[in-house]
Amino acid sequence: MRLEPVANPGWPRTLGLPALALGGTVAIAMALSLVAGSNPLAVLGLIVKGAVGSKFALLETLNRATPLIFTGLAVAVAFRAKLWNIGAEAQLYMGALLAVVLGTGLLPLPAVLLLPILMLAAIAGGALMLLGPAFLKTRLGVDEVVTTLLLNFVMILFVSMLLEGPLKDPMGMGWPKSERLVAEARLPRIVDGLRLHWGFGLALICALLVWVMQTRTTLGYEIRAVGLNQRAAAFAGIPVTKVVIKTALISGGLAGLAGFSEVAGLKGSLTLDLSPGFGYTGIIVAMLALLNPLGVVVSALFVAGVFVGADSMSRAAAVPTYIADILLATALLLMVLAIMLTRFRVVRG
Amino acid sequence: MEILDILISASFWAAAVRIASPLIFATLGELICERAGVLNLGIEGIMVVGAFAGWMAVYSGADLWVGVGMAMAAGMLFGLLHAILSVPFGLSQHVVGLGITLLATASTYFAYRVALPQVTNPPRIEAFKELPIPVLSDIPIVGQALFAQTPLTYLAFVTAAVVAFVLYRTPLGLAVRAVGENPHSVEAQGLSVTALRMGAVVVGSGLMGVGGAFLTMSAFNSFFFEMVNGRGWICIALVVFGAWKPGKALLGALLFAAFDALQIRLQQTSLGADIPYQIFLMMPYLLSILALVVMSRRAEVPAALMVPFNRGER
Repeated sequence: MRLEPVANPGWPRTLGLPALALGGTVAIAMALSLVAGSNPLAVLGLIVKGAVGSKFALLETLNRATPLIFTGLAVAVAFRAKLWNIGAEAQLYMGALLAVVLGTGLLPLPAVLLLPILMLAAIAGGALMLLGPAFLKTRLGVDEVVTTLLLNFVMILFVSMLLEGPLKDPMGMGWPKSERLVAEARLPRIVDGLRLHWGFGLALICALLVWVMQTRTTLGYEIRAVGLNQRAAAFAGIPVTKVVIKTALISGGLAGLAGFSEVAGLKGSLTLDLSPGFGYTGIIVAMLALLNPLGVVVSALFVAGVFVGADSMSRAAAVPTYIADILLATALLLMVLAIMLTRFRVVRG
Repeated sequence: MEILDILISASFWAAAVRIASPLIFATLGELICERAGVLNLGIEGIMVVGAFAGWMAVYSGADLWVGVGMAMAAGMLFGLLHAILSVPFGLSQHVVGLGITLLATASTYFAYRVALPQVTNPPRIEAFKELPIPVLSDIPIVGQALFAQTPLTYLAFVTAAVVAFVLYRTPLGLAVRAVGENPHSVEAQGLSVTALRMGAVVVGSGLMGVGGAFLTMSAFNSFFFEMVNGRGWICIALVVFGAWKPGKALLGALLFAAFDALQIRLQQTSLGADIPYQIFLMMPYLLSILALVVMSRRAEVPAALMVPFNRGER
């Protein structure tokens, strides 16, 4: 078999195939429910209800989506330039770490000053975390997939070391957790009484900014060109190395903000379970959104909904919550396949 | 001085060889995939599947070697999925690989929870035992390190020799290497690029599965979540470090394992009392990054690595 480009794909192709991918994902969810000995339709119902069925569920989904928007954007920006940043997890923790170091009483400032400083620190921390691998890639040709992946493990050990050492909360009853942020360092809630903090608003603003950057600025054009064909971009006079480094700074910074938002908005202190893999899930979010920054918001909400829904479902039915990860992996693989098949048809011979 | 004491102890070298064994399997598996032109980032998840499949089979009453076979089959199954998506369909190998890792890991955890819903402490199995080879295992240090291991460790070394032989001494190996360097020339010879690449990914993934199974069947004798813990990613670094050659990859894995065994022992010395243990645990990952940096200058990357092949396209 080989692949042949489709000149003018009609709507059955462009819409039908992605719909089929989603349908396939749902079918697998139902099959897995059967395997676990539960009624498939009931399980699906419980997942949807757990994700959006009540005000509490909806807010939980929005809260869960917040870090995913940041990490999804981080991945989307980087992948657009074919900079394979798999280290959003480490960058997230670096952002959270700096927010905690500066926000637990070190800087006696009012919130209007302290919050922007913490934000900038988190951005800088995340960016620095990716700068190393980006330099190794551009200067020495070291593959960034492996370096960013391995740094995730190093970073979590580093955080663990600090939480058992200098950053340990003396009042923490021996648990490895940092002191709480001062009140001035906390992100306020968007509406009083509703458990949704301004991190969500910040995430939406970032999505808009990244979209503007990608579609309306020279840098956005350059990133796209570098991602499409590095050699051609260099030939056209685009400073490829500089563009890759800038991309890395933006990507790492966005992931750093995820850490800031989680600590300052939701948790209030740093623990080792701050992120249950938000950095890795950001890759799925970005891919499902086809690397489109505004699409990232939608897909982050979808992915968060699946996680929150599956958590709630697994408390009621005997289906393990890992079904969420299986579904997302399936959705990811089927979706990239479907998108490819909208542009190519399979020919025999 | 403590370091010297460690370095001349046979138990240290035996531990190094033991730690190296799963890495040897998985590194060889990744090497086969990459030599054929496919980066297999599914490795981490495939090792998890292998670890679980082997352990679960033995726990359910199967023979140990049947367990190894199950681990291999499970690895091959996910390898086949990777191969279908990345070879004939030519999807991004990064995305497919990471997707496979997530799918394999999540499926494993799901299966574990479905199979053992009430268990808090994962049951242990009667795993492979050390099988000292007569005479050879009596040689001081070297013999104790190399010839008093479990059968799976011996198998790892045999596998390295077989992979090296097949790659460099057989027509099949030549074809696999050529498909990673210049697929068009292979196509011109009337061989199927698709079949060769898919075969390499499936076989390589099978070895990754066995590498994972070593952890549950020859090291920890039980299955824990996150027990693979980045070993797959380290193997990808080891392939680069070994310059895509089986012999060098084997040496790389042994060297790496020796450092890992050293850091574990150093934690128990006076040094370990002063330095936080996390610093020691970071060493394997930092070492892998360092290895990549050192080797980057003279790496001989397969020319068609990560380049999808579509017939009739130039």
